[in-house]
Amino acid sequence: MANAHAHYYVPESSRWPILATISIFVMFYGGALLLNHHASGPMTLGAGFLGLVIVLFGWFGDVIRESEGGRYGNWEDVSFRMGMMWFIFSEVMFFAAFFGALFYSRVLSVEWLSGAGAKAATHQFLWPQFLADWPLLKLPQDYGFQIAKDVVPAWGVPAVNTAILLTSGATVTWAHWGLKANKRGHLILGLALTVALGAFFVYLQAEEYHHAYTDLGLTLNSGIYGATFFLLTGFHGFHVTMGTIMLAVILFRSMKGHFKPEHHFAFEAVAWYWHFVDVVWIGLFIFVYWI
Amino acid sequence: MSQAATHHDTHHEAHHATGITRWLTTTNHKDIGTMYLVFSLIMFFIGGSMAMIIRLELFQPGLQFVNPQFFNSMTTMHALVMIFGAVMPAWTGFANWLVPLMIGAPDMALPRLNNWSFWILPFAFTLLLGTLFMPGGAPAGGWTMYPPLVLQTGEAFPFLIFAVHFMGASSIAGAINIIATVFNMRAPGMTLMKLPLFVWTWIITAFLLIASIPVLAGAVTMLLTDKFFGTSFFNAAGGGDPVMFQHIFWFFGHPEVYILILPAFGIASAIIPTFARKPLFGYSSMVYAAASIAFLSFIVWAHHMFTVGMPLAGELFFMYATVLIAVPTGVKVFNWVATMWQGSMTFETPMLFAIAFVVLFTIGGFSGLMLGVTPVDFQYHDTYFVVAHFHYVLVTGAVYALIAGTYFWLPKWTGHMYDEKLGKLHFWLSTISVNVLFFPQHFLGLAGMPRRIPDYAVQFADWNMVSSIGGFVFGASQLLFVWGIVKCARGGEKATAQVWEGAHGLEWTVPSPAPYHTFSEPPDASTIEGGMR
Ligand SMILES: [Cu+2]
Repeated sequence: MANAHAHYYVPESSRWPILATISIFVMFYGGALLLNHHASGPMTLGAGFLGLVIVLFGWFGDVIRESEGGRYGNWEDVSFRMGMMWFIFSEVMFFAAFFGALFYSRVLSVEWLSGAGAKAATHQFLWPQFLADWPLLKLPQDYGFQIAKDVVPAWGVPAVNTAILLTSGATVTWAHWGLKANKRGHLILGLALTVALGAFFVYLQAEEYHHAYTDLGLTLNSGIYGATFFLLTGFHGFHVTMGTIMLAVILFRSMKGHFKPEHHFAFEAVAWYWHFVDVVWIGLFIFVYWI
Repeated sequence: MSQAATHHDTHHEAHHATGITRWLTTTNHKDIGTMYLVFSLIMFFIGGSMAMIIRLELFQPGLQFVNPQFFNSMTTMHALVMIFGAVMPAWTGFANWLVPLMIGAPDMALPRLNNWSFWILPFAFTLLLGTLFMPGGAPAGGWTMYPPLVLQTGEAFPFLIFAVHFMGASSIAGAINIIATVFNMRAPGMTLMKLPLFVWTWIITAFLLIASIPVLAGAVTMLLTDKFFGTSFFNAAGGGDPVMFQHIFWFFGHPEVYILILPAFGIASAIIPTFARKPLFGYSSMVYAAASIAFLSFIVWAHHMFTVGMPLAGELFFMYATVLIAVPTGVKVFNWVATMWQGSMTFETPMLFAIAFVVLFTIGGFSGLMLGVTPVDFQYHDTYFVVAHFHYVLVTGAVYALIAGTYFWLPKWTGHMYDEKLGKLHFWLSTISVNVLFFPQHFLGLAGMPRRIPDYAVQFADWNMVSSIGGFVFGASQLLFVWGIVKCARGGEKATAQVWEGAHGLEWTVPSPAPYHTFSEPPDASTIEGGMR
């Protein structure tokens, strides 16, 4: 603790949490209306989203003002660190559900559909012509699905994207060195490079999706391979996008002169998040694209 | 820093907002705890009304009151409301009130996040309960949401999924807050092995929440994309597997049952020593047992699906892992009994509910052991035996501990003693009726009555009628609980700070009712010993 007699900073009442809840509620409500084909869905969803963006500016704005106003000592910092750490862990478990689905179908259920283990009868009576193969392009049932011609090979864009994300992990660490040494130019350059690499990753991923949909016929509707491929890479891409936005905020704040060599929790939180996104990608590259 | 702080205070609004704004914007752990508890009580009555409709329809064979679709909605919604709306928020409410008081912290570590965790809940349940009025009705495929059945839900479907996402966010945020609070906010001298067991069991619960709720979020997301975006996660025709949903769901679902019950263990471990006037027997073994239960809870999930056709090795593994849980659970029950052994016991209402908790929860534990044995489960699966089992562990387990805890800490919260006569009447009526309600369901299940059906063969008529009568009495008895709480909140004999002669722990050192801000100056906890005595 910076000061042995310091009081823990308990913020006064805040309207942001309830407004965040209302915005997200409106988003969910609009999203559900949209999925049920109600005309009011998109507008409602959009209104909720707009509300949420405003709330995030307000809420984070308060926190940044408190931080820059010196309200947070090491004691408060530890709470934030724990919060971020366990939030990231919860994200890891979210991805684990989808990795679990990938491993389960690839190792067990696709094999069972072709009669492995004690499932000979299942195979015989359901789809006797089905053969297990991974990546699964030919599905048990040959109608009602978009049959993919091929999958995205690992050693093309995905390998480039791996290099990009690994490099961006290095640049954000380099920026952190700059921050700790109080070299502001070094910090800002490192962050700017990281943001650029993140954005480039998202761009390449979007290109890859476009290629998959238009040239390969690999879509969400291409059976279990398409399902696991797009949800895993899609949620990852969403996280990279969020991470890039967070990095951009940190870059902007650095340019405004925020953060001190010994006090910069927000920077570290974003860096942790970025490394987490990086590690998930390694898992994706190995298990979705490569082997 | 202090200079900056003074400067900051000058341009801030008044310290307390008043009226409704106070509750909407509060960052105070006691305000938020109260809101959680009140919300949970309302949900108990909404979920309870659904249970009354279920028991009404099952009073006699044949279809008398509701159509089968609505009956199925009732079983589905009853479970979702009771689990996510009543029991889980009640525990978070207890944690909000008690964890900072028990560890000597000025508040929760992340107060604004705390407000957010609570206020999500009324909105999430608006999404969920609103489905009752939608075309196609409320979800009726069971709270476990198994595909392909759940995919036939009407307009309610996306509302169900988003409601689950929303409540999940609330639970994760609440859990993160409790972890940060316990690990960062303890008073000097309050080492981990001195924490009251309620705090210990809640930390372990928080880890279970953070590890399991995101998996549920993933599972329901896959349902959503299967329904609306053409994915084949749970569609065998596309290479997926409907059984895979059950695996992912129960990977969440089994830890979830410990999320519901672990804090109850903490409550029993606080109340029994107080009224036995003896220290808790085996404090550290209680901590290790709770941790072992939590660890095991992640490797037993498939005992919910022994009959789906898993490989034999899977059936065996999940059976052995499941029955292994009886060991740490047995340690706990043994320790509670040993705590009472030769104690100078008195039987105030919280103690009555705590003792009933130990006895009746153990009955639910034994039937769980029976269900955990694969070949036996083949007979019991999806029968009323399962319904009897999980209502013993959840109603006479989790809910009894909640009621016990409410009577125990109510004087601390309100500053008044509750009406002891009323409390005892509530206890005896509840305890007799709850056994009339659920015990016969064991017989029905063993005789082969399936669960989740609105009508049944005539040989099940007698015990169903008995069970329904028990249900109505139990439901009505809970009105006494509400009356007791309201009476206590409005007045009554003034409570002392200590409240109970045998009570130990930091929360009993502050006045009753606990002032709005407590432990702004951290107390010295170094004299406290493990287990509080
Ligand atoms: Cu289980």
